[in-house]
Amino acid sequence: MFFHASLYLSLIIFSIGLIYKVSTWFRYSFDEEIKRIGAFKRVSAALKGILMTVFSPKILLLIRVFILDVLIQGRLFKEDFLRWFMHMCLFWGFMSLLIVHSLDKLITSKLFTNYSSTLNPFLFLRNLFFVLILLGLGIAVYRRFFMKVPRLFSHMRDHFAIAILSLIMISGILLEGAKIVSYTKYQGMVEDYADTDESEALKNLESYWVENFGVVSPNVKGPFEATVLANGRELNETNCAACHSRPNWAFVSYGVSKAIKPVAAGLDRAGLTDFLWYVHFLACFIGLAYLPFSKMFHIFTSPLSLLANSVMDKEISDPTNITTRQIMELDACTHCGTCSLKCRVGICFEEIPNVNILPSEKLASVKALVAGKKLSDHELSRIQEGLYLCTNCTNCTVVCPVGINLQDLWFNVREAMLQKGYPELLTLSTLSFYRGLSRNGRGEQSYRKPIAIAKRALEEEFKLKDADNHTLNLTNIDTGFKKILGISNQGNTFSYCFTCKTCTVSCPVVRNFENPPKRLGLVPHQIIHAALLGVKDLIFSSDMLWLCLGCYQCQENCPQGVKVTDILYELKNMAMKHIKGGKTISIMREKS
Amino acid sequence: MKFALQRCCTTPTFLKQYESSTNAVLGKLGVALIDMKDFNCCGYPLKNFDFKAYLLSSARNLSLAEKENLNIMTFCNCCYGSLKHARHVLMEDDSLRKEMNVVLDKENLCYNNNVKVKHLLEVLYRDIGIDSIRDLISKKFKGLKIATHYGCHLLRPRKIMQFDNPFAPTLFDELVEITGAESVPWATKLECCGSPLYGVDDELSMDLMENKIIDAKKSGANYFCVACCYCQLQFDRVQKVMISKRNGNGHQKLPSILYTQLLGLCLGIDPDTLGINQNELDIGQIVKFLS
Repeated sequence: MFFHASLYLSLIIFSIGLIYKVSTWFRYSFDEEIKRIGAFKRVSAALKGILMTVFSPKILLLIRVFILDVLIQGRLFKEDFLRWFMHMCLFWGFMSLLIVHSLDKLITSKLFTNYSSTLNPFLFLRNLFFVLILLGLGIAVYRRFFMKVPRLFSHMRDHFAIAILSLIMISGILLEGAKIVSYTKYQGMVEDYADTDESEALKNLESYWVENFGVVSPNVKGPFEATVLANGRELNETNCAACHSRPNWAFVSYGVSKAIKPVAAGLDRAGLTDFLWYVHFLACFIGLAYLPFSKMFHIFTSPLSLLANSVMDKEISDPTNITTRQIMELDACTHCGTCSLKCRVGICFEEIPNVNILPSEKLASVKALVAGKKLSDHELSRIQEGLYLCTNCTNCTVVCPVGINLQDLWFNVREAMLQKGYPELLTLSTLSFYRGLSRNGRGEQSYRKPIAIAKRALEEEFKLKDADNHTLNLTNIDTGFKKILGISNQGNTFSYCFTCKTCTVSCPVVRNFENPPKRLGLVPHQIIHAALLGVKDLIFSSDMLWLCLGCYQCQENCPQGVKVTDILYELKNMAMKHIKGGKTISIMREKS
Repeated sequence: MKFALQRCCTTPTFLKQYESSTNAVLGKLGVALIDMKDFNCCGYPLKNFDFKAYLLSSARNLSLAEKENLNIMTFCNCCYGSLKHARHVLMEDDSLRKEMNVVLDKENLCYNNNVKVKHLLEVLYRDIGIDSIRDLISKKFKGLKIATHYGCHLLRPRKIMQFDNPFAPTLFDELVEITGAESVPWATKLECCGSPLYGVDDELSMDLMENKIIDAKKSGANYFCVACCYCQLQFDRVQKVMISKRNGNGHQKLPSILYTQLLGLCLGIDPDTLGINQNELDIGQIVKFLS
């Protein structure tokens, strides 16, 4: 009764969870336009897309991906053999156990008419699958807790997945071991199935079971006479053998039974088997009920991601379906950390401590963002920074074992965030090159907006530029300023400057304008001079700083060996840090 | 001859042909490129934001190459500039090197100044030698005029790059001329292509490029020839955008060919392997100059 009640309850929670989670795929969007389309239309677009794919030659591709990437997990194999081995153990062990053991009433017993869970090969197979899963879990624990994988983070979700699976497996195997030795279980079976109640005969059977099946009996003790065993054996053949193979086939739980033998009688009386039984099925049902909200949801979503990505193309597919897929992909991530390990800018996390640089962590943040979680200005700007600190090298997408198109995800989320008005100073760097090359079809206004916002942030922060009367506000002079410059090993060369203007004359950006100071603010030699004076606001607000190509013409041409370009780079570093650490971002957010 | 290949982040999405043509050409010349799966970005774009993050990125690649006892080769000027600059800083500044090594130690890496960084052109010119390449050339261009574009980070800052004279370089021109093409002199030859500003200020970026196109055309060039990912993307993809946007200017167009494609054609490598048809602006006509 309790078993069934909890089973149905967990199934109900699981189903509601599943429906809820799937509905988010069609309700959430980082793209406002697609949000407006509405969930209903998105579902029909998805169905249309699926049907059109299934009834087309692409079905062959889907089958191929299903076999190679879902069943054999070829993508993982290519990345890391140990992890592939770990996941194959977990995947095949779990799936096999699910079919052979958990769903035995629905599947195995229908396939094999003589099925009984205590018969071979099922007895043996269960233990084999258990060993596979345990091996997988062992590697998972080793990898998460002992192996020093760079930039791998483990969260509660990862711990929960390992914990619940371990609890299910270990309680199961202990239960089987305890049942082998249990005298109460033995007695119950005899009462139900023995065709005799003659005490001598039952004693013979009991002796036979003590000898051969590991039962710990309070009544009989070996060694037994040969005739007793022979009699017992006969009774076993007629009454028990149809459903019971020798327990040593269950090689793990048999070992467990041997280990607990000395205390078996006491434990049995204390109701150990019942206790383990409750632990085992409750752990299963908790795992099931929580599945849609846990990392284990990837059992459904990872194959979906692999299949969808194999047939979808951002150039051809319906953009509505792309967004739906991208939201679904957020649930497909197993937080395995491969992307963060192979991310080509991942290493800079060591110097710029923003976890959102790392793809695996960025994805978690994007998930919170998409779900509408309240995030502070600081958190939002960190996510945006992480999204922009990306060279779009496609590595994350290439290595993702579940085939998530991470690169497109970053690009789309980033674009949506930038349009919402947060200043992102990184848009003024070469990281924008990719954005420029990928501007296909984007309207001029939305394309230019993020850069205009970043420039406005500079103006807000360094108001000096607005001073029309051309007098400098002395409070803005930072006398220690020139001392901080120099981290790039270029320190102090600027004090050699004698203002010959060669740098300015050789600058191709300056040469491009008829009235450079009007367009650029300070020109290179003036920036160097301003740095000497410590008027940093004037420098930071000059467009020249942000339009420096880094072509090193000025530095190469300087007769005094002033490292002009390197100094400009360093000033840019300072300005970005200054703004990112300041309040301007929040203020601008409020204004927008 | 073996090198660890520093791949540029732009190649997988936009410039696959540069990698395939480099592999084909160097394969023919007996150079093995080791694909360093663990290499990261050279740090070039990070230089604008955080110098140490940039330095660490380059230092990590240098240390990975050092671990394998290899020197690094790159076919991108920006990667070249970044790696070489970082190498220089790490050599000059012990305290910074120690600081980077503390971080690298987390991955059991360490850099001890034992790696050389070379550009593809350097490998061709100095390591293989111009005469050895000449011997392998099976077809030559005739009547082809090339505007050789060096790119900034190959030449400047000279103290660090030590590639060639930054005011009057000849190395790349010589390499172009062994194909039979004429490397024409042109006014803005040594200036920036404008790519660092594309995406930041597109108009300015295109202005800079347009000046170069006008100058190169004045000198009668049929094509640009480059050996840098960013320059090529600028002269190819961005030029295509510029042509469609600035149509009214009556217009100048000058497609760009990668040096590996140019040389590859003369080494008898099949145009498909070289990705001749993968460029945005058509360069297919160049084979007409082959004799």
